[in-house]
Amino acid sequence: MEKKLKLQVKNLTRIYESGGGNQVTAIQNVNLEVKESEFVMIVGPSGCGKTTLINIIGGLDTATSGQVLLEGRPVSGPGADRGMVFQGYSLFPWLSVQKNVEFGLKMKGMPAAERAQTAKRYIDLVGLGGFENALPKQLSGGMKQRVAIARTLANEPEILLMDEPFGALDAQTRVVMQELLAQISRRTGTTILFITHDIDEAVLLGQRIYVMSRRPGTVRDVIEVSLPGERNHNSLVQPEFLETKKKIMDMLWQESNDAAMDR
Amino acid sequence: MMDGTNTIPEPLNSAKTKAEEGRRPGGKKKKREGVSGKMLSLTCFVLLVGLWCAGSYGGWVSDIFLPSPTAVLEKIISMAKDGSLWANCWESTSRVLIGWVWSVIIALPMGMLMANSKKFSAFVQPIIEFARYLPVVALVPLTLLYLGIGETQKYTIIFLGTFFQLVLMICDTVSSVDKNMINAARTLGAGRFQVYKEVIFPAALPGLMDDFRLTIGWAWTYLVVAEMVAASNGLGYMILRSQRYLATDTIFAGLILIGLIGLLTDWLFRILTRIVAPWQERLTDAK
Repeated sequence: MEKKLKLQVKNLTRIYESGGGNQVTAIQNVNLEVKESEFVMIVGPSGCGKTTLINIIGGLDTATSGQVLLEGRPVSGPGADRGMVFQGYSLFPWLSVQKNVEFGLKMKGMPAAERAQTAKRYIDLVGLGGFENALPKQLSGGMKQRVAIARTLANEPEILLMDEPFGALDAQTRVVMQELLAQISRRTGTTILFITHDIDEAVLLGQRIYVMSRRPGTVRDVIEVSLPGERNHNSLVQPEFLETKKKIMDMLWQESNDAAMDR
Repeated sequence: MMDGTNTIPEPLNSAKTKAEEGRRPGGKKKKREGVSGKMLSLTCFVLLVGLWCAGSYGGWVSDIFLPSPTAVLEKIISMAKDGSLWANCWESTSRVLIGWVWSVIIALPMGMLMANSKKFSAFVQPIIEFARYLPVVALVPLTLLYLGIGETQKYTIIFLGTFFQLVLMICDTVSSVDKNMINAARTLGAGRFQVYKEVIFPAALPGLMDDFRLTIGWAWTYLVVAEMVAASNGLGYMILRSQRYLATDTIFAGLILIGLIGLLTDWLFRILTRIVAPWQERLTDAK
């Protein structure tokens, strides 16, 4: 059975006016789609407009032309239906873990008791049970991102948008977090669109990968990933994994090579 | 998707035993300042008083210019006894407080609005920048002309001295709130007003407390300006009148009192900041 389309991005272009009347095209004619419960990755060289793209989908930036459709309806402005997790720790430092996770629910006007219960479930889901009353400054980087993920999931968004959420973590913690996210995706069926420049991360997590070109960023290739078994740290050495990784590396190498030739 | 049909799954096995074990909440932190910090502060104070004693009792400086510590202490005690000490301190403190509180009440919303609205900022910034450079002393004649010699004139001087700086400081503090936090709040469904109330204000609070602490200090400077003309009480008035009678001991007593009130205010603000923003990470916190 064909899965329902969750998110469609159609011919999205973003042109920035820079000083002196110059124009910079960050992304050009980007088309992509994410189906229900799918885990989709966008990978591309730095400066290819990945963040611009996800910010437009999240409603934090506006497109120059083109459309973003969520379940067929065009989106404008940020909203709780598109939850975002950022690279920088965006927790509210004056709120405890519990209150951070409750934040979106409070904005919705959910009663306090229900709020506390829902938040607790998601804190447990990300493995932070027992840390409800801790303040963000008492947590490590990985734990902070766990809170950020729980906070966004508690809001039950239609789609989870992630902008290099593990970029600031050390290598070991990053793998732990990737496994955690793969588990969450399997168990909750959350639809996820994830941006990264890390090819390993893209292949490890993605069911489909959009490879972007260098600036002005556009979709260069789409790769379907099928790895045998559950995605976890063992996947990193499977032949299928390495094969897909090689394919993407070649594409990105070509992109950076072309970029170097331009200079 | 997580609609009603899906129950939330069992907790996943926590992985925090691996890489990120380590920091736990409630771990003991070393005190910010050890004994040595306090000792140093005290040493500086003692040194200063020592120099004063040496200069005065050693007969190096005439009593007219430098009254002896005992004379100043006696003066303070006698003023405390006849009640003028408390009356003058109270008059001055209340003037500072009222003028400064008005300045905060108006500057806070204006500064927050300036930080978040380019249009509003473009509209008021030139006036504020202009007014900021006007010496308050030069405005005294006008305030007397417009407001007479009553208390309102005193409050106005203190207001004028602190307001324009405070607006810009608040604007700066609010502008430096982490954009990531604001974006997170918006994608979590917070509306414009909710972002102000639930994110920008609490995030800016420690910085705002610092702004308040600094400007209330300046308010004391402008108090003396305000009490220079047409006042009949207050510490500034006391100091200025003493000049006429060469009562340097009273001048010193007044200066010391203002300094002590300043120290007390500063200390209160620091404590208050820790109460309202205990979450704040300080540079000196070992991490």
